Amino acid sequence: MIIQVSEYVVELKNITKRFPGVVALKDMQLAVKPGEIHGLIGENGAGKSTLIKVLTGVHLADEGEIYVNGEKRVFKNPNESAAAGIACVYQELNMERLLSITDNIFINKWLKKGALLDYDTMHAKAAEVMKSLGQDVDPRKAAGTFGMGVQQMIEIAKAVLIDAKMIIMDEPTSSLGEKEVAELMKTCRELKARGIGILFVSHKLEELFELCDRVTVIRDGEYIETRDIKDWTNDSLITAMVGRTLENQFPKEFGTKGECMLKVEDLRIGGVLNGVSFEAYGGQILGLSGLVGAGRTETVRAVFGADPLDGGKIYVKGKEVKIRSPKQAIKEGIALLTEDRKGSGLVLGQTIRTNLIMSSFKKHSDGPFLNEKRIEETGQGHIESLRIKTPSIDEIVGQLSGGNQQKVVIGKWINSDADIYIFDEPTRGIDVGAKVEVYNVMNSLVKAGKCVIMISSEMPEILGMSDRVVVMRGGRVMATVERDSKHFNQEDIMKAAWGGTLDEE
Amino acid sequence: MKNKKSGSGFQLGTLLALVVMCVILAVANKNFYSPSNIMGILKQTTFNAFLATGMLLCLITAGIDLSVGANAVFCACVMGAMKQAGVTSGLLMMVVAIAAGGLMGFVNGTLLTRLHLPHPFVSTLGMKNVLWGAALMVTGSQMVNKFPSSVEWLGVTTLGSWGGGFPVGFIVVIVLYIIMHIFLSKTALGRSIYCAGGNIEATRLSGINTANVLTFCYTLSGVMAALGGIYSVGRSGICNGSNANYPYDTDAIAACIIGGASFTGGKGTMIGTMLGCLIIAVLRNGFTMLSIDSAGQNIVLGLVIILSVLMDVIREQMEAKRRRLAAAK
Repeated sequence: MIIQVSEYVVELKNITKRFPGVVALKDMQLAVKPGEIHGLIGENGAGKSTLIKVLTGVHLADEGEIYVNGEKRVFKNPNESAAAGIACVYQELNMERLLSITDNIFINKWLKKGALLDYDTMHAKAAEVMKSLGQDVDPRKAAGTFGMGVQQMIEIAKAVLIDAKMIIMDEPTSSLGEKEVAELMKTCRELKARGIGILFVSHKLEELFELCDRVTVIRDGEYIETRDIKDWTNDSLITAMVGRTLENQFPKEFGTKGECMLKVEDLRIGGVLNGVSFEAYGGQILGLSGLVGAGRTETVRAVFGADPLDGGKIYVKGKEVKIRSPKQAIKEGIALLTEDRKGSGLVLGQTIRTNLIMSSFKKHSDGPFLNEKRIEETGQGHIESLRIKTPSIDEIVGQLSGGNQQKVVIGKWINSDADIYIFDEPTRGIDVGAKVEVYNVMNSLVKAGKCVIMISSEMPEILGMSDRVVVMRGGRVMATVERDSKHFNQEDIMKAAWGGTLDEE
Repeated sequence: MKNKKSGSGFQLGTLLALVVMCVILAVANKNFYSPSNIMGILKQTTFNAFLATGMLLCLITAGIDLSVGANAVFCACVMGAMKQAGVTSGLLMMVVAIAAGGLMGFVNGTLLTRLHLPHPFVSTLGMKNVLWGAALMVTGSQMVNKFPSSVEWLGVTTLGSWGGGFPVGFIVVIVLYIIMHIFLSKTALGRSIYCAGGNIEATRLSGINTANVLTFCYTLSGVMAALGGIYSVGRSGICNGSNANYPYDTDAIAACIIGGASFTGGKGTMIGTMLGCLIIAVLRNGFTMLSIDSAGQNIVLGLVIILSVLMDVIREQMEAKRRRLAAAK
């Protein structure tokens, strides 16, 4: 057998991964050298997660090859990938918080003495590995008693113990404090010195510049470019990430700007929102842009009373209101279409009829009794105006397609006769035709003088539909951009979302 | 209205099972169809039907109330304690019993929704034991008899003379079930209960106060248990605190599940539950006729519960497969 010696520890060649209806990865390339810290960046939905899942054996690629040390490998499950020396520290740590550090490190690969577990040796080894990562901790203590930084080191220790050749770190700094970030970087450099390759996935450009040797940019599931870090600049990275053409798939129509419907001031939730302020007007669509984790969903959920606020003021039509529950928010004329349609938008086991009236039982009742005739009338009205494709109003919602389900949620909120409609990722996971119909609903709402707030992670959608854009990052508002401003373009909004500042006009 | 396709189909199966059982028992034992035996079955159904009403509401919300049986006995014993204390007004006894049952249910609901116990299994299981002890405590572990006739009315009164007379308690249950059916299917609160069971977060975010909805269900369950307690006093003429650890809860759960309710919530009807109560009463009656002892009865009843849930699971899987195939076309 001829072993082809490769300069790369892990190499992906022409990886394609399809899911029903979408191509998540197309001809993806990636090559990580031993002892290299390799940055990977892309917009939300660019395919980073899928790429990681292909590497770790969660997904099997439809086409293309994976090479480890020049040898072609096929990973049918996560165990095979781990056995080949690929480890991953996920953004959401898989920690058994009640078990000791030792148990967490040796989970499923316990050392035994005869039939019993050999805790003496395991504790000693665990302490040793943690120490080599700069953590002088008692491995007998429960993992949950330590902060996120140490917990992350436990994950890294697991990788070191299985002699990982490459460690993937998925947004490793997103939940760490400054000091912990510094420690993590130090550890990364030590791992690098041991010849381990690191794939460092991050949203934070400054970290990439500080830490990485090379950076790969991906966009829309496709490989864009890999360069040495010295050949990248902030601007060239962002341009590479967003550089696509805007197609005219947004039937934007304009309403007349009305009064300030919603004003929030200095909204705070410990560790999540650090003083969010903005205004939204009637007859306009306000786009909320930002990266995943910027605090957009948290902001609107707090405004809607779904989660408690630690501080801040909310004004509806100029009047200060205290909103402690969704019920109160609806009374104030606010509607929230959540990003998780199935988890928090619909009762999937119930009929269209029931889902449509959930936020407006009163309007559809006489005293305590439901008025089925009225329900049927408004229901049929929604089925026609929103073009919900269904055999009848008594169809179980769980049996509808994603787009039609979304229209049922929209119908539910139109029934609530709100003045302020908050749409959180309204077109996620629905087909192009249904998207246009959702945009048309927004158009008719603003033309009727209503205020629409749209959270979207798709830049074209933000640019295509918004009258104004508020850009958030790290629980703060970074910029507010009017549609006629010179900053109303992908590059500038992305720049703000990635932490840059926009100059005054 | 609701679950039109799936719901009624399953109840047809339940009805068929009931008919088949009756036919088999009639063939096996001539006495099964004697008027007095049929009336006996209806009397047996009544107690469980009261408990199953509250249980159904809790099951629809994806919860459970394990304290219904103990609560019923406790409420009976509260009346017994009043008797011991020299109270003579039957009306007062019943009002206090219903208030006590409702209060216990309200505590269950509050533990779940306001104090955030993780699952009603915890609060109601604990409450079951509390009520068992409380039932013994209030009566000083004594059996009490000779209740006022107004208290015993629900359990003893019969109409006509066929088979010893038609039990009024069962007529009350039928009226109750019709009212509850209208409540569940035609009122906003009833519909909210199904929504909360199907997806509590979506329901809360639709502006429905889900904590209040859940608390209502557990409180109503307590009131129904009290009615069951009053009925049991009439039927047996006594209250006995040591009965509180009988598995009445299991019979109530079984009736709901056989009738189409699901542990995952969002499903279940009053008609199905009534069929479930009848099936259990017929089963128990049939066992007695065929001289099967209580050990055998319990084994078969346990298997029937498992079988009915299994059928529900299989039906859901087939439904899901049919949907997948339809979507693939």
